[in-house]
Amino acid sequence: MKKVLMCGNEAIAEAAIIAGCRFYAGYPITPQNELPSYMSKRMPEVGGVFIQSESEISAINMVFGASLTGVRAMTSSSSPGISLKQEGISYLAACELPAVIVNIMRGGPGLGNIGPSQSDYFQAVKSGGHGDYHQIVIAPASVQEIADLTMLSFDLADKYRMPVMILGDGILGQMMAPVEFKSLKSKVKSFGKKDWILDGCKGRKPRIIRSLLLAEGELERLNLKLQKKYNEIKDKEERCEILYGDDSKVMLVAYGTPSRITRSVVEKLRKTGKKIGMLRPISLWPFPEKEFKKLAKKVKAFLVIEMNCGQMVEDVKLAIDCSKPVYFYGRSGGQVPSESEIIKEIEKIYE
Amino acid sequence: MKEEIIFAGFGGQGIMLMGKAISYAAMSDGKHVTWMPSYGAEVRGGTAHSMVIISDEIIATPIVKEPGICIVMNRPSLQKFETRVKENGLLIVNKSLINIDAERKDIDILNIPATSMASELGNLKVANMVILGALLARKKIASLITLIDALKDIFPASYHNMIPINEKAIRKGYEYGSR
Amino acid sequence: MKDAVTHYCAGCGHGIVHRIICEIVDELDIRERLIGIAPVGCAVIAYDYWNFDVTEAAHGRVPSVATGIKRTRPDKIVFGYQGDGDLAAIGTAEIIHAANRGENITIIFVNNAVYGMTGGQMAPTTMLKQKTATTPLGRDQKIHGFPLRVCELLSNLSGVMYAERVAINNPQNVLKAKRAIKKAFENQIKNVGFSIVEVLSPCPTYLGLSPQEAVKWVGEEMTKEYPLKIFKDIT
Repeated sequence: MKKVLMCGNEAIAEAAIIAGCRFYAGYPITPQNELPSYMSKRMPEVGGVFIQSESEISAINMVFGASLTGVRAMTSSSSPGISLKQEGISYLAACELPAVIVNIMRGGPGLGNIGPSQSDYFQAVKSGGHGDYHQIVIAPASVQEIADLTMLSFDLADKYRMPVMILGDGILGQMMAPVEFKSLKSKVKSFGKKDWILDGCKGRKPRIIRSLLLAEGELERLNLKLQKKYNEIKDKEERCEILYGDDSKVMLVAYGTPSRITRSVVEKLRKTGKKIGMLRPISLWPFPEKEFKKLAKKVKAFLVIEMNCGQMVEDVKLAIDCSKPVYFYGRSGGQVPSESEIIKEIEKIYE
Repeated sequence: MKEEIIFAGFGGQGIMLMGKAISYAAMSDGKHVTWMPSYGAEVRGGTAHSMVIISDEIIATPIVKEPGICIVMNRPSLQKFETRVKENGLLIVNKSLINIDAERKDIDILNIPATSMASELGNLKVANMVILGALLARKKIASLITLIDALKDIFPASYHNMIPINEKAIRKGYEYGSR
Repeated sequence: MKDAVTHYCAGCGHGIVHRIICEIVDELDIRERLIGIAPVGCAVIAYDYWNFDVTEAAHGRVPSVATGIKRTRPDKIVFGYQGDGDLAAIGTAEIIHAANRGENITIIFVNNAVYGMTGGQMAPTTMLKQKTATTPLGRDQKIHGFPLRVCELLSNLSGVMYAERVAINNPQNVLKAKRAIKKAFENQIKNVGFSIVEVLSPCPTYLGLSPQEAVKWVGEEMTKEYPLKIFKDIT
């Protein structure tokens, strides 16, 4: 298959189909509508299920039902709709069910606007539902990477039996760019037979998938088990990209659309001799702490660029134990930071 | 090379398709390319526009604020985008539907009666392709052949019978733009 | 059915409905392809009694979870067990839309006119003048609205193939309830579509009545608001 021109939302959908996703449920909301539209066409072609549900709440619970039968399942929405899904995500985490949830973020709070934004960072990485749980959060930055990381998200969801969120913004969802799927097809992984699913108790003892644990100590045991899993994930699944990690004085930190703009800034300033680099987290949870700790020994300061009022900046401070100054520049409410704005911020701190 | 283009007009004029066609052609030529629509409520009733960037290098943001090339298919689009065109940039105006003149002196302005020309071809809808042909005559951002080839990719199979008239429109626009 | 000691209160109707379901499962020989969904409410730990695959949905979301299961595994038999708070309050949207989509699932709706698990608060199906923990002076329609009639509501939807209300207030009615529930499962096996059986059931603890009085109240009072009948049967 040659390269095709596709928007990010469609690329997620096609990559999900290649990854073997055979159940999708969702409710319309801008700016992610191309994803369900694509699914409504493609799912019947591959013998999968597409449902336009009555609400985001219903959609995430349909995903819960599909996932517990062992099928790779997915839902998508944008910020206000993702708030509604938090209940269901908590139950998925508690029941250790794999699922992929896509959030193509728009401006908030409230109904906000439909412009691109990263306003749900906290909700995503701290996990917005109730209880002691985590979801893996993956942040692509190009249409091709959206396709690649969608494949990865399904693998991680199955491997660790937990919800994985793909966190994009309105620009990444809407933007069309060349994408190639051929190489993805050889990468489809299977994590063996799922021996925990509900499919009728033929030839085996009945199984129960539940999250109500009333017996003394039972819930704490689940929580400790989950924590053990989360620690393993922190150990193995931190992902990031680093530009000029060896000699940079100021390290810019950005993910998603701002990382594209930041990359351009870095390359421009490097040509003028300025020692600027970039760390782009690809996994937002687990946050790439190990690389931050290494860089903190080398660089003089960090500058975090976000499309919100300052959220990831807190994780950067935590990751380096505030051992170096951490500055922030962001635009919110659907506004996108420009190259010249970022350069101005760098000039303020670069000596 | 880096070209930042805005295509603007009202819904139904094939604005999104113009952007996609040129993007596909540039992609076939091995360029980096992004296409970005104006999306959501903004589209309804008013002008729609799409932003295309074609570059030899990786593209940072797909948002175009000051286009080097701007195509306006209706009057509100001219009024909205004329001032944003970069100095020495190119503005292509669908003169059939815009009864005022562009005023900038520091840019190249191509007035083309695209809708009338499309009408002569027997289909008003191909005005967008007339404009694309004229654009390629003025700016070598893709070859005529790759653009015509791209039609197969952007039209669904059920519309492939429309390719010949679209090709004619592109060639007619190219001739006009070459004058 | 598992050999377990009941956690339900004396005179509670859930045990009878559980038993009915388990008998039917054996009679229809569907245990090995059955997936049940427990609600949030007193019946949340139904899996302590049911000897087949069971999951537990978030409050009110049973019909959505059932949809996800049945659509991906249409060869399985999927049923949801819901109480009045679960189905008729917090899960109203889910039940209406699953019914309206005509999902080929079976819903057993246990209506006892009160919230049990949380301590006897008003349910959407609480009777007018009925006293509960949150209607201490009795349910007043001006303040609390009217009792919600689920079968009447759902039977208007084109996706619903079978809707019947039964009660378990005496042996004859228990047998009728069993016939209705069996039909609701048979409908699914025959791919007929959405079936719901509403079961009027006693909750002596939160009605403040003895088990005998509670059963009498179901038969004499509840059935005035909630008549026992087949509302729809286009199987």
